[in-house]
Amino acid sequence: MKLYQKPIHTLHQQRLAKEVTTEEIAQSVLQRITETEQRLGSYLAVEQSEAVMERAKAVDQQLQKGEEVNPLAGMPIAVKDIFNIKGQATTCASEMLKNFIAPYESTVTQKLLAQGYNLVGKTNMDEFAMGSSTEHSAFQVTKNPWDLERVPGGSSGGSASAVAAGQALAALGTDTGGSIRQPASFCGIVGVKPTYGRVSRWGIVAYASSLDQAGPMTRDVEDAALMLEAIMGHDKNDSTSLTATPPDLMASLRQEVKGMKIGVIQDLDLSACDSEVQRVFAENLETLKQGGAEICPVSLPNLQHAVATYYVLAPSEASSNLGRYDGIRYGYRSPEAKNLGEVYQLSREAGLGREVKLRILLGTFALSAGYYDAYYLKAQQVQNLIRAQFQKAFTQVDAIVSPVTPTPAFKLNAHLADPLQMYLSDAFTIPGNLAGIPGISVPAGFTQEGLPVGLQILGGLLQEEKIFRLAHWFEQNQTLSPPPLAL
Amino acid sequence: MKYEPVIGLEVHAQLSTASKMFCSCSTSFGAAPNQHTCPVCLGLPGALPNVNEKAVQYAIMLGLATNCEIILDSQFARKNYFYPDLPKAYQISQFDRPICEKGWIDIEVKGKTKRIGITRIHMEEDAGKLVHEGEDPNASYVDLNRAGTPLLEIVSEPDIRTSEEAKAYMEKIHSFVTYLGICNGDMEKGNLRCDANVSIRPVGEEKFGTRTESKNLNSFRNVAQSIDAEIARQTDVLLDGGKIVQETRLWDANQRTSRSLRVKEDSQDYRYFPCPDLPVVLIDPEQVNKARETLPELPDQKRDRFTQQYALSPYDAAVLVADQAIATYYEEVIALGADAKKTANWVTVELARLLNENKQTIRECKIRPPNLAALLALIADGTISGKIAKTVFEEAFTTGKEPGQIVEEKGLRQESDQGALEKICLEILQENQAQVAAYQGGKDKLFGFFVGQVMKKTSGKANPKLANELMKKLLGPA
Ligand SMILES: [Zn+2]
Repeated sequence: MKLYQKPIHTLHQQRLAKEVTTEEIAQSVLQRITETEQRLGSYLAVEQSEAVMERAKAVDQQLQKGEEVNPLAGMPIAVKDIFNIKGQATTCASEMLKNFIAPYESTVTQKLLAQGYNLVGKTNMDEFAMGSSTEHSAFQVTKNPWDLERVPGGSSGGSASAVAAGQALAALGTDTGGSIRQPASFCGIVGVKPTYGRVSRWGIVAYASSLDQAGPMTRDVEDAALMLEAIMGHDKNDSTSLTATPPDLMASLRQEVKGMKIGVIQDLDLSACDSEVQRVFAENLETLKQGGAEICPVSLPNLQHAVATYYVLAPSEASSNLGRYDGIRYGYRSPEAKNLGEVYQLSREAGLGREVKLRILLGTFALSAGYYDAYYLKAQQVQNLIRAQFQKAFTQVDAIVSPVTPTPAFKLNAHLADPLQMYLSDAFTIPGNLAGIPGISVPAGFTQEGLPVGLQILGGLLQEEKIFRLAHWFEQNQTLSPPPLAL
Repeated sequence: MKYEPVIGLEVHAQLSTASKMFCSCSTSFGAAPNQHTCPVCLGLPGALPNVNEKAVQYAIMLGLATNCEIILDSQFARKNYFYPDLPKAYQISQFDRPICEKGWIDIEVKGKTKRIGITRIHMEEDAGKLVHEGEDPNASYVDLNRAGTPLLEIVSEPDIRTSEEAKAYMEKIHSFVTYLGICNGDMEKGNLRCDANVSIRPVGEEKFGTRTESKNLNSFRNVAQSIDAEIARQTDVLLDGGKIVQETRLWDANQRTSRSLRVKEDSQDYRYFPCPDLPVVLIDPEQVNKARETLPELPDQKRDRFTQQYALSPYDAAVLVADQAIATYYEEVIALGADAKKTANWVTVELARLLNENKQTIRECKIRPPNLAALLALIADGTISGKIAKTVFEEAFTTGKEPGQIVEEKGLRQESDQGALEKICLEILQENQAQVAAYQGGKDKLFGFFVGQVMKKTSGKANPKLANELMKKLLGPA
């Protein structure tokens, strides 16, 4: 097994045992990027190799001196290009922000810096995190490492493909309607969307503020715990960040699944899912049962409205959040504009992509006088119902499981002409965002075609420990026989 | 037909917090463009607002002072529109759940008290400024130093009927915010500005007429003048058989006319919705109680106390308390032993006149309370006459010198020596024998002439009471 294929916690143990150096780890990942990036297209920007090696070397020197070193220290990690990293471009995969250099650091990357992480690059995504395939990037298409003719999912597709392909040991993503969990599932890695407010949004470009949440994308559950422990916690810069004490995730990994009550949503029509997805999910339930978990049906009748609700709320917030990209202070300004009105119109027309403009229009409409009550307000009411139903469900069960997506990774261009079809790929992940609850996507099996399929585990508000406990047990007690990657 | 105006005011008060509404940037005035900015008030991607607790505290104070209900779970909302001085393309304001609602204040017009309802008070952030001078004459420049400065918008009920009432209301709001110390109230600098909604309707009609909004009235006088002009304009339109168009009008203080800025059809749909970056503003009832207990003495209370404690007329008391600094000044003079009524006269008449003529505020005035107290003491003990005191006062106002020193330097001490004054009186009688004869022949009105001559000869320094007595004695009965 190559170094770039291993999880961070294993590599950390190995370097403590002097079996490997941080430099060798960094070298392995950089080498992998050189070999595969041309075909994969995960990154919008890759760090200078010298800088990456320098940081790795510094950690090795600390180790040599016998200093205590953090598991994440020196480990090559990728960051979705939606996080501000001081002095670097934050493009959000948009022409609009192509030349925007962030003058300040996001809280999440600041926290990783404090752990000594080794930034390898910034990853591709759907423009402004709007999309489920990373095809809406203004700059490049990212491929799925298991099948280069398929999408990696989105919007955090670059992060997912980078981790899956070994171009990074872990990555940061953001999840507004499934943007971490769905690409994690498509690429066969672990992805976590924490409880809304667990992780600070300061310095992360906003898409839909009330739903956006950052989280880790990793090779396994233990790495996800390492990463999430590093980035979560209250931040006074984000008024919506929670003051609750962060959970001890590493401790939760040592627990059994026996006795856990696991809910299966009755109202979710799985028959519309890909048959292979259905098969894998059935096997997953069997595994859990054999581990001593009790499978219980739970009722969430309003879930059928989740996608519609999301596509009113998220675009509404987006239409307001993206107003600032007006060509006045920073970002793209059309050289053709001759007056103020044209600065706005032409800059936004050329600077923003089709899907982004579509959602801005949707949201502007939903908030308009005369339509607000019928759309925005109604959607908020449905959101409250969904929240309440989840809350009730979590008084009966410890966690709720489902497939992450109705299908495995789809072909490039498959849904580009049909946004609604694209939107449905987030049908199982969206409810978690609407309810603000934590969710994790764990590799759960492979289709006959050799494509990864994930299992989604949702927990009650602030119940990250439970979903990590379940996810880790599941990961350790299933038998996966992955086919080789396409590169 | 006779029309009745219906007026409502929206007053914006810029809060005197040290930092902005949603970030820690300074609110101080006069820095180079865009110096007081940060990712939040620049609207950079990923920046998030953080509520200034002080501004919330100030809103609660004004709400309590204006008898409002304090809403314990108010909410911030976004008002969306594009303008270069609005960096996020939305203003964080409050919409359907403002922090204060349903209050009132009393105003006094022509000796009568009238109650004006306060619909709501809400918190919001100010926009930046466009600057139209710079290297490129065809360009506009954006200065975001002011962007994010905390504002309170105070919306009145349409209870106001005359420009006089509007002015009195505005003055009352001004005195409230300055008494509370939450806004420095400088209208010329735009710290306190006012939009007036004006409509007219036939007397006796219940329904409101179509209203217009006059923007950015930045002095008490502008408020009154623009309202009068708007009432006249609307009356003319209706009398000519026209219709009032709902529109926003801009007042030109120099031309004393207004022009249409935009009509309602062009007005924007602000697409208000709850700001997802800010949780509900939860206020502890205990905090409200505490604010209520620590509220300073407000103008109305102070006026009532002045009339009782110092036996002032309600009018004098009202004039003194209109400006907190003047009221404080007044009480400082009293504390030094000066007579309450005489001090009130000096402060409301002479001092007010000089301040007004010299466009000075009481804080800038060189006559400090101890100086005025000393001057009043000089009058009280007969050292100078009231008339001379005015000369001394003017001198002290310009130079800042001690009144006692001015009296000595200029030899203004009152002549109260009976022998010396009698000698002068006799000289005058000697020089004006014809008048003496006339007086004694019955022309008693000439008495003033003789006293006047004494004053003239002594350059006004003769003790007037003594001069009167001596002349009466020397002339004998008329
Ligand atoms: Zn600022």
